[in-house]
Amino acid sequence: MASHGIEIKNLYKIFGQNGRDYIDAVHQGMSKSELIEKHGHVLGLKDINISMPAGSITVVMGLSGSGKSTLIRHINRLIEPTSGELIYDGADICQMNETALRDFRRHKTAMVFQKFALLPHRTVLENTVYGLDIQGVARAESTQKAQRWIDRVGLSGFEDRYPNQLSGGMQQRVGLARALTNDADILLMDEAYSALDPLIRVDMQSVLLEIQAELKKTVVFITHDLDEALRLGDKIAILRDGQMIQQGTGQDIVLNPADDYISAFVKEVNRGRVIRLETIMRALGPGLGPEGLPLPGTMTLENAAKEMTSANQTTAHVIDQAGKPVGSVDLQGIIAAMVTPTSHKSARMAAE
Amino acid sequence: MANCSFMPDVLCRFPSIGDSSIRMARKVIDDGFKGLVREYGYVIDAVVQPLQWFLNYLERLFSSSPWFIVLIIMLAIVYLASRRIGITVGTAIGMLLIGVVGLWEDTMVTLAIVTVSTLIAIVIGLPIGILMARSERIQGMINPVLDVMQTLPSFVYLIPVVVIFGIGKVPGLIAVVIYAVPPMIRLTNLGIRLVDKEVLEAADAFGSSSRQKLWNVQMPLALPTIMAGINQTIMMSLAMVVVASMVGVGGLGRNTLQAINNQFFTFGFMNGFALVVIAIIFDRASQAFGKRLQKHSEVVHG
Repeated sequence: MASHGIEIKNLYKIFGQNGRDYIDAVHQGMSKSELIEKHGHVLGLKDINISMPAGSITVVMGLSGSGKSTLIRHINRLIEPTSGELIYDGADICQMNETALRDFRRHKTAMVFQKFALLPHRTVLENTVYGLDIQGVARAESTQKAQRWIDRVGLSGFEDRYPNQLSGGMQQRVGLARALTNDADILLMDEAYSALDPLIRVDMQSVLLEIQAELKKTVVFITHDLDEALRLGDKIAILRDGQMIQQGTGQDIVLNPADDYISAFVKEVNRGRVIRLETIMRALGPGLGPEGLPLPGTMTLENAAKEMTSANQTTAHVIDQAGKPVGSVDLQGIIAAMVTPTSHKSARMAAE
Repeated sequence: MANCSFMPDVLCRFPSIGDSSIRMARKVIDDGFKGLVREYGYVIDAVVQPLQWFLNYLERLFSSSPWFIVLIIMLAIVYLASRRIGITVGTAIGMLLIGVVGLWEDTMVTLAIVTVSTLIAIVIGLPIGILMARSERIQGMINPVLDVMQTLPSFVYLIPVVVIFGIGKVPGLIAVVIYAVPPMIRLTNLGIRLVDKEVLEAADAFGSSSRQKLWNVQMPLALPTIMAGINQTIMMSLAMVVVASMVGVGGLGRNTLQAINNQFFTFGFMNGFALVVIAIIFDRASQAFGKRLQKHSEVVHG
């Protein structure tokens, strides 16, 4: 199945009875607090434009109240937009009628929820086949598909347990298996791992990355945790108060935070895991030939430092995808890049 | 009158409209009503007829079958519902005691009417409760009606029922159903409204139609509450069956009424005992069944 990207254009959401009436006011710069004080309406999302590329993970990040859960619920229209467009495979999701929308939800999307939202009266297996039940797939067929994903997420042997008999991490595995069994192109994950212990969370992130490497779905992942965003996201979008502040790759965001809000976020990040060699290397030229270890440009600084230390080398050369040497790094430069303080200005300078 | 003699008459005695006007009004209303009932009597009869058949059939089935077969079936139902030996043995002892004191047949009559009225209350109450849960407006309309139904003392129900349907088993049955249906409606509504919003959202996200949502999510999750409603309905039918003996319902209720009228202490006591026994059986069995439905919510893993 070929993946399609999701294109969100000029999306507004104003909660309240006459949300539509205030779009112009908000467009002209009325703030969230002003809107609620004067008109009793809550600004959910303001002029969101983002394209979520096909077959990759787009992470939407923000603190609570930033509108990230509202945004993800627009993709399968669990929340009706006030205005704007959401284009998937040439069709505007906002214009779909009830039948088309139900069909879209059944066949194109699957969702994983923060609080799992499993059916407590169904066993693990019965929960996993839920999406296929709704589509009207016979149990003989759906059970087979479900079993494959139950095994894949590591729940073999728990098929007949009820959700209440499982730990949080295991319940979320059921949630993931349920979504994957649906075999939909779009996978929506609403703070899917936020309720899990840190260790289990990392474990589940690896599961997702492994599965994604194989399936290449269009994943939209919501989180408030920057480390999680950087680990998972091919693309990261940051929301605050319903507005998109910055979008780009993890490295873009760490190196060029758009404002103080984001640099405050980025300060605590382990830069060694985000920045890649190709970003800090010096280009090869006259007087600088390929020396030492060959390392791929996409390797993170932390891994490069590890490689170089264990090979007992202080310099290395960077090769591109074709294996051609393109630049050179040394251990000192790598360490300097890893520890550079990231106040807003100095981060920008470090990137230049 | 001594306190009052120095006051004008109007302040002394409450000024009523006067006997003759009341009599007139009563006559007009009564005659009009009776005329109406007489005119549409065949409609009422036609509507009520199936109830009569059903009730008579069940009564005959219960009281003409050999007692041990009825007892075995009853024990089987109680055991299948509760899966508890204790409740089943208790049922057996209670029913045998009822039989020994010679109240088996009256008990069967009461069981039949309680069964029929509970079934009718479920058939009426469940859909109304579902509708109420789905629409604020319907809830707003039905809630005051239920409030009135539950405030009215049970005796008061008998007045319109007797005027419209006359005296007999079926009018009694109708009074019992009206009395017993509100908890069924209320708890169905409540149960559906209490279903976790997140689970409903998940059902929506997977593209459930509203019917799929009702049968896959709302009803199963509301079932424990609905079972509590059924339990309440049974208990209230049992209470009302006794009162309804005043309009001609037979069974243990009629015996109790007789015992009260004639001060038959022992007879009254035995009938009261029989009523308590079947009330306890129904209550224990339906509650155990309700609890068994919630087995999935047992938390095994902390």
